[in-house]
Amino acid sequence: MIVELGHFALVLALAVALVQMVLPMWGAARGHAGLMAVGDAAAGVQFLLLATAFAVLTQAFVGSDFSLALVSANSHTDKPLIYKISGVWGNHEGSLLLWTMILALFGACAAWFGGNLPAPLRARVLSVQGAIGVAFLLFMLLTSNPFLRLADPPMNGADLNPLLQDPGLAFHPPFLYLGYVGLSMSFSFAVAALIEGRVDATWARWVRPWTLAAWVFLTIGIALGSWWAYYELGWGGFWFWDPVENASLMPWLFAAALVHSAIVVEKRESLKAWTILLAILAFGFSLIGTFIVRSGVITSVHAFANDPERGVFILLILAVFLGGALVLFAMRAGSLEGKGAFAMVSRESALVANNLLLAVSALVVFIGTIWPLLAEMVWGRVLSVGPPFFNAAFTPFFVGLAVILPVGAMLPWKRAEIGRGLRQVRLIAMLAFAVGALVFAVQTGRSALGPIGAALGVWVVVGALADLWLRTGRGAVAGRLVRLGRLPRADWGKATAHAGLGVTVFAVAAITAWVTEDIRVVPVGGAYDLGPYRVTLAGVEETRVDNYQTTRATMVVTRAGREVAVLYPEKRFYPVAEMPTTEAAIDLGVMRDLYLVIGDRQDDGSWAVRSYIKPFANWIWGGALLMALGGTLSLSDRRYRIAAGARKPALQPAE
Amino acid sequence: MRCAILPALLLLLAGGAAHAVQPDEVLPDAGLEARARTLSADLRCLVCRNESIDDSDADLARDLRLLVRERLLAGDSDAQVISYIVARYGEYVLLRPTTGGSNLILWLAGPGLLLAGLGVALATLRRRGPEAAPLSDADQARLDEILRS
Repeated sequence: MIVELGHFALVLALAVALVQMVLPMWGAARGHAGLMAVGDAAAGVQFLLLATAFAVLTQAFVGSDFSLALVSANSHTDKPLIYKISGVWGNHEGSLLLWTMILALFGACAAWFGGNLPAPLRARVLSVQGAIGVAFLLFMLLTSNPFLRLADPPMNGADLNPLLQDPGLAFHPPFLYLGYVGLSMSFSFAVAALIEGRVDATWARWVRPWTLAAWVFLTIGIALGSWWAYYELGWGGFWFWDPVENASLMPWLFAAALVHSAIVVEKRESLKAWTILLAILAFGFSLIGTFIVRSGVITSVHAFANDPERGVFILLILAVFLGGALVLFAMRAGSLEGKGAFAMVSRESALVANNLLLAVSALVVFIGTIWPLLAEMVWGRVLSVGPPFFNAAFTPFFVGLAVILPVGAMLPWKRAEIGRGLRQVRLIAMLAFAVGALVFAVQTGRSALGPIGAALGVWVVVGALADLWLRTGRGAVAGRLVRLGRLPRADWGKATAHAGLGVTVFAVAAITAWVTEDIRVVPVGGAYDLGPYRVTLAGVEETRVDNYQTTRATMVVTRAGREVAVLYPEKRFYPVAEMPTTEAAIDLGVMRDLYLVIGDRQDDGSWAVRSYIKPFANWIWGGALLMALGGTLSLSDRRYRIAAGARKPALQPAE
Repeated sequence: MRCAILPALLLLLAGGAAHAVQPDEVLPDAGLEARARTLSADLRCLVCRNESIDDSDADLARDLRLLVRERLLAGDSDAQVISYIVARYGEYVLLRPTTGGSNLILWLAGPGLLLAGLGVALATLRRRGPEAAPLSDADQARLDEILRS
């Protein structure tokens, strides 16, 4: 009965979304305040209805209601409560419901906090947001209904994929969706601005924080996924250039570009058309990502949602929204001429270069991802595009980005002198070069990746700190320190996020260049050397825990006779899903992770063991966290709190 | 077998039991083994999803790893090993696509787009021009005076 209530709420949400799509747009065109105001109410109601549907589905998972097809296919009574809850979005239908609910939440936020937006703009934004809602609700109800009942309920469920029964992964999808869907806000604002034919600083002051928030969520979501891969997949890889990963990287890159170009619109009223295009593309690539992930076209025969009907439907949504917005853009972009001109050497130009590099790197990822499909369709070539291609084709753009970052961040607006800019960063460049040379000398004979990564990392991190320091003006150090504390949070956010990027760039280079790997067979009680450490396989035991069986090794790591850690790598087997998983044991460290994996038992009773020393592993996600923290700091800046918090009465249209 | 990371709902592949290179496969000659590892990272496990034979625990990947090592022991160069395997399994096995034929588009897309973007940006900047000519020395002096007072 309650399940039917959820189903009903879903259908009702579709009706409300239809109203939200049509009436406010009509009202804005006719200048009718009443019709425009319908959008606010509809956005709130739509969110409440979808939240109800989501709560109902969650309740069905928690209560193990196996009469629901979705619950019986993705849950089990033995599963711990947290994974019953995360099971709600651990499948296609449930995750789509979460997606749509978040979409409605963003719409509702525009209604709740958009009091200071001009009424016609808010109405149009809500209308576009409603249109996206209509598309996804139709998609859900027609092809992927989460509330379908089974005529013949089973006694127990088929269990959630064991790989997903992990805290890192339980919260990875919600963050990712908050990011993907958050970009719908920027999209709606872009389309609304194109319809109105007007983009100004007020517009940018709204779009930027929402994009920044979406970008922060995406950053956290991607970092969680990468971290999970690192500890769960058993060999310490952190990024695989899988189509599904690329699907999240492309919107992240476009969102990063959008955050930067929106600054130019806000501060200088320039780059308007380009910013609108980026806003369209950022959400467009979210949709493309959704298509890649859920249609299974590119992810090959093994993919889960390999359903042509769903693929075609998403393609249709993509065509309507991305195609429609781009057509609108082509028609209206000419009228968005910017006001502020700028010279060839200026902060604006540096941000254009930043945008260019981010956009091109995103397109490289896109082309690499769809190339196998394209090559097969057009030239009949069956081929693969894997990590070696992406490493070679993507990395140069990111290196370029890191190289220009500190210089660009310090250039003044409008017009700068290249000589002065270079003088400011000369010391940092020398320091970065010295560190690179030092690393090169210490690590003799290894790849150039390590020194280059170290130099780039120092360059970006010290550059970010120097940028902050230069903002304190001149004078005595004490006075500047005081002023440092009083700098706006946006400045701190900028420096933190930039430094985070430097940390991640360094860590990726370091772990790739300096990893130590050891593969061998060890008898129980045997010991072997791993770099400066000595590892002893003290014992192996088999037990049953909760909903899985486990083979657990006890391994003692010592260094110069002193015990460093006792680690318990596991091999698990989940009987319900009939699936084995590897649980690597990791001793986390600031400078290195020790990463131990137990393999198969050999015929003579000894065990295959893989061990790694992963230098600076945690810095990868530490850098990502710094980026997210920087974004959050910037969001908490006073200007935005005032912009979002002040609920001035909405301006009524004059006519 | 490793599989999708993001919206992980898609995972249907069998578990994360990463075995990849087994101790009994490792060649005694460290130089040859290092070459084998480098080559393996560029070769696709044909039954997996976007995974190299170096990372995969599928039986077929193991067979291919042994084949690579066999060829290396037989004295093949890296290029010979690759062409030996491509001749048997087709272009699909290469994770690093060749630069031949239509693949040129793939490899040149990035640099090409960057150049095109730079061209458009420069043309736009030049057409728009700087908003005002730089101040003359006299004007600059006057401005400095005003700012100082």
